[in-house]
Amino acid sequence: MFRPSHELTKKELKEKNYQNLLSTITFFLFMPALIIIFLLFLKGYPALSWDFIFQDPINGMTAGGIFPTIVGTFWLVIISVIVSCPLGVIAAIYLSEYAADNKLNRMIRLAILNLAGVPSIVHALFGLGAFVLFLNMGTSILAASFTLAVMNLPVIITSTLESLQSVPLSYREASWNVGASKLQTIRHIVLPNSIPGILTGLVFSVGRSAGETAAILFTGVAFYLPFLPKSVFDQCMSLSMHLFTISTQVVGVPDAYPFATALVLILLILSVNSISVGLRYYFRTRRKW
Amino acid sequence: MEAKIATEINSAPLEWRQRKSKKPLSEKIIEGLIKGGGFSSIVFILAILFFILKEAYPFLVGAFDFKEFFFSTEWNPASVVKIKYGTFAILVGTLMVTVLSMLIAVPLGLACAFYISEFCSPRLRETYKILIEFLAAIPSVVWGFVAIMMINPLIINLFDVPIGLNILNASIILALMSLPLIVSVGEDALRAVPESYREAAEAMGATKWEVATRVLLPAAKNGLMAAALLGVGRALGETMAVLMATGHAIQIPDSIFEPGRTLTATIAAELGESPKGGEHYQALFAIGLMLFIISFIVNVSADYLIRGRRK
Repeated sequence: MFRPSHELTKKELKEKNYQNLLSTITFFLFMPALIIIFLLFLKGYPALSWDFIFQDPINGMTAGGIFPTIVGTFWLVIISVIVSCPLGVIAAIYLSEYAADNKLNRMIRLAILNLAGVPSIVHALFGLGAFVLFLNMGTSILAASFTLAVMNLPVIITSTLESLQSVPLSYREASWNVGASKLQTIRHIVLPNSIPGILTGLVFSVGRSAGETAAILFTGVAFYLPFLPKSVFDQCMSLSMHLFTISTQVVGVPDAYPFATALVLILLILSVNSISVGLRYYFRTRRKW
Repeated sequence: MEAKIATEINSAPLEWRQRKSKKPLSEKIIEGLIKGGGFSSIVFILAILFFILKEAYPFLVGAFDFKEFFFSTEWNPASVVKIKYGTFAILVGTLMVTVLSMLIAVPLGLACAFYISEFCSPRLRETYKILIEFLAAIPSVVWGFVAIMMINPLIINLFDVPIGLNILNASIILALMSLPLIVSVGEDALRAVPESYREAAEAMGATKWEVATRVLLPAAKNGLMAAALLGVGRALGETMAVLMATGHAIQIPDSIFEPGRTLTATIAAELGESPKGGEHYQALFAIGLMLFIISFIVNVSADYLIRGRRK
């Protein structure tokens, strides 16, 4: 009968220890985040009510609700997605279906990587210089949304590119061989089959813009406004900015108020992200290839 | 998803991309538009550089003094007596926060990437990946809030120091924030190592741990380094969380328990109150330019490392 040598059992023991170490590290890496979300929930939940969501902030933003900030965030997110989605999808189509392997297109990919890596405060400076001042939009919802759109562009391009790539080449070949032109193939075969991936990326970018603060700081968001925005040329409040304001700038806020605000923001983003994750799993099970 | 990098995703095969069909004018126009859209990222990155340069230019040719800007610790842009634009203390603060956060996040993140990619069951991997995505989705202002409300009292109690908003606090927050990026890019790098490498090593009798350390680590070295670099980029560029967590004091911190200040936070805190077109305002754009250049270098090197791996 074979028996593992002394050397081997020692090795196996060591192996086991290492693996346990790694799994413990990984497990504990995720603990802080879970604890944080749990604590936010614990401390914010008592202050949460329908009144909190549907009322204006009162008493110098130390009490009341957060309704105008939710409205503002909604405006910003919707407009930025409307701007960045078509542009991002088109850019991804170009990269995936047309771009030759040359220097220029390597530059495009590098530009996307850099656009994703530029600090959000630099995006804010760009938004201020380009949209607010140069294009004369003033500090407005429009300028802030455009800034967010530029920030989100690389996210949408990358996710679209990924889903275009997942459509098998044979689909394209089949369409081509029955006489469809390249553009027809893209429109009727490639795009419809990659809608799920595009949608997932889109929802993901919605969550990202909802939480962004630095990029909209100087381009269109006000600390406090006594009225709701009437058009895209007005300023607005935003949930993320509001959280920043009441936790650092305003004195004498009872703890429950910012905690509840943070909780609403987190819940909003996590639910949007759950939609994104859910969509991905749903479409994965229905995939035709 | 966020962590996926555009340079890593392939296009359809070249032969397909170069294929051209005879087409009516309308198709030609649309294809022209698609091409135009393809260049949008380059346009935007150049536009960012242009507009920041445009606003910073008067300062760069005017009050800018190389020695003062980089080596003076005095940042007194609004002073009545003596206006000074020295970013040295801010640079040191940025560096301290970044280095300390990476000391925490890189080893732990890469260990985690190894575990998720090589050791855990497929089911657990899916769970962790969703968790990573959720972690990445928490916005920076919430992290900042957590720094003030939770980590601040924790540090005060644990280390018995007067203020908990300091370099250590910001580093912990930044480490937590850059972990998802480091883990997912690192995991991608490990996945990109061909299966045959693992099989060859295992056929020689190597255990999983030996495969990981002796085969995968060298093979995925560049990708793992890129993961660390992208983490550095994230830490350097983070704004709201560090603004709230560092304590935002201009001084060279003597220890990690003292407050400091970063480049990004300086812009965020001061741009609103500096008069548009004034010198202070332009100086802040000059800091923005510096940040842009730093992040450009970091990203290009990360891309170079990843591309090197592909060869």
